[in-house]
Amino acid sequence: MTDMSYTTSTSGKGVGKIALRWGLYIMLGLFALFYLMPLFVMLTTSLKSLEEIRTGDLISLPREVTLDAWRTAWSGACTGIQCEGVRPYFWNSVLIAIPAVMISTLIGALNGYVVAQWRFKGANLFFALMLFGCFIPFQVVLLPMARMLGLMGLAGTIPGLIFVHVIYGLGFTTLFFRNYYVSIPAELTKAAKVDGAGFFRVFWSIFLPLSLPIIVVTVIWQFTQIWNDFLFGVSFSQAGTQPVTVALNNIVNSTTGVKAYNVDMAAAIIAALPTLLVYVVAGKYFVRGLTAGSVKG
Amino acid sequence: MTKWLEENTPKLVLAPSFVAVLIFVYGFIAWTAWVSLTRSRLLPKYEIDSFIQYDRLFASPRWDTAFSNLFVFGFLFIVIAMILGLILAILLDQNIRTEGAIRTIYLYPMALSMIVTGTAWKWILNPGLGLEATVRGWGFENFTFDWLVNPDMAIYTIVIAAIWQSSGFVMALFLAGLRSVDQEIIKAAQVDGIPTWRVYTAIIIPSMAPIFLSAFIVLSHLAIKSFDLVIALTGGGPGYATDLPATYMYAMAFSRGDIGQAASSAMIMMLVVFTIVVPYLYSELRSKND
Repeated sequence: MTDMSYTTSTSGKGVGKIALRWGLYIMLGLFALFYLMPLFVMLTTSLKSLEEIRTGDLISLPREVTLDAWRTAWSGACTGIQCEGVRPYFWNSVLIAIPAVMISTLIGALNGYVVAQWRFKGANLFFALMLFGCFIPFQVVLLPMARMLGLMGLAGTIPGLIFVHVIYGLGFTTLFFRNYYVSIPAELTKAAKVDGAGFFRVFWSIFLPLSLPIIVVTVIWQFTQIWNDFLFGVSFSQAGTQPVTVALNNIVNSTTGVKAYNVDMAAAIIAALPTLLVYVVAGKYFVRGLTAGSVKG
Repeated sequence: MTKWLEENTPKLVLAPSFVAVLIFVYGFIAWTAWVSLTRSRLLPKYEIDSFIQYDRLFASPRWDTAFSNLFVFGFLFIVIAMILGLILAILLDQNIRTEGAIRTIYLYPMALSMIVTGTAWKWILNPGLGLEATVRGWGFENFTFDWLVNPDMAIYTIVIAAIWQSSGFVMALFLAGLRSVDQEIIKAAQVDGIPTWRVYTAIIIPSMAPIFLSAFIVLSHLAIKSFDLVIALTGGGPGYATDLPATYMYAMAFSRGDIGQAASSAMIMMLVVFTIVVPYLYSELRSKND
């Protein structure tokens, strides 16, 4: 705490100090409104009928709450020629995200464990190479990856997308675990080795039990990244295998029929719900991943 | 045999990832770099033919727009998000009772997909029924806010949405920085009667230089990679007024069938990223080893 209010709260009996305090809260409140406004507008719009949207205004509450738009968004909205709503694509995203998160986290944990605890010549080079890989703009690998997926017979498939997410998630998962394991004293590993424990044994019975916080951070980070991904999804999927972000974009930009803003908003909230839920439930770990993923080198 | 296996387990565990990184990161970069020097169009060709794709790229008005948009967007996005993030962090650092809740509100957009953000702002900013119509409905008949469909202003709508999404994150970075400043120095300054704002400008903010650098790196990285937001909010339009290098590359690769242009624009993107990130990573890695 940078206890700045030390002066304001103890000695500040003056009217000026109180006014300052009020001003502070009002400003914080106004900023809160700025951040909440789009979510509020999305939610109210999704609960209005199209009729009311055309006549009412953006920030008014719905006169009559209807869930029609939500039903349509979930199972009837058109993404191009198909009109099945976001439901099938939502499940595609689940099918992509869950294995990709699990595999990339597991490999990242092992990699981080080696780089931090079993140093050998070249391990640091490996880590540096991985780290640079985190920063490349993915545009630079899109074209060859499209060809590679074709060669592997994975073009346009869900396993193909899982593969891509695992490969390009490894940099961050390795980084997370490496930075976590590096602070665990090397003597622990040495002592275990003297006692005859092997590589996997040390990992399994010493490191894994200590890893819960970093596993949570990594899983949340990877899940958010993969669920929210659009670039890989739009580049490497086809009609039936698109993730929910791509479907949402198609619904919003579908040119057929009347523009149904309420359906767009309901679909957007559905697409956002899983990551929002994770954020609300485990916000602390989400923030930790964000800062670790971006600050640490 | 088992002895060898035991000794080399760590290397064997690392090997698949090592090979994967070599192929899928560095090999692929090399492939793209190679193809960017050929006359590839719909299909890749492998005969190197000077810098013809780069000549075409920089002669293209569409790339010209996309590239200068990157700097306009990137500059405004980074500067405003940093200032806003710093202000929010300082405001929140005043022993606010509801700090946790407010922080949650400021930061939640970061959990959203940029497609969701783009969809929301596209609806809010659309002139026909959104903000413009709403304010007109309040009686301000002449109020116009048509940036979304105005080719000269549309890029700023992307700035607005991007700031909305990322400024809370900058706040979180700065707040962590403010909390790590040595409390003794601050107490001493307060005892000396130095006004609060001076404590911030003279002591706290200068000591946070590394955090400014981190925030800058993250934000510029976000700016260069911005693709989803443009696609969802403006689709690159009106015309190609809001194209960024990322959307240009995508259009060339997947809808225009111009692999040479896609490859060369991707290489330029990487160059921009590397001029920013490489010195940073280098100094980070070096300072760790010292």
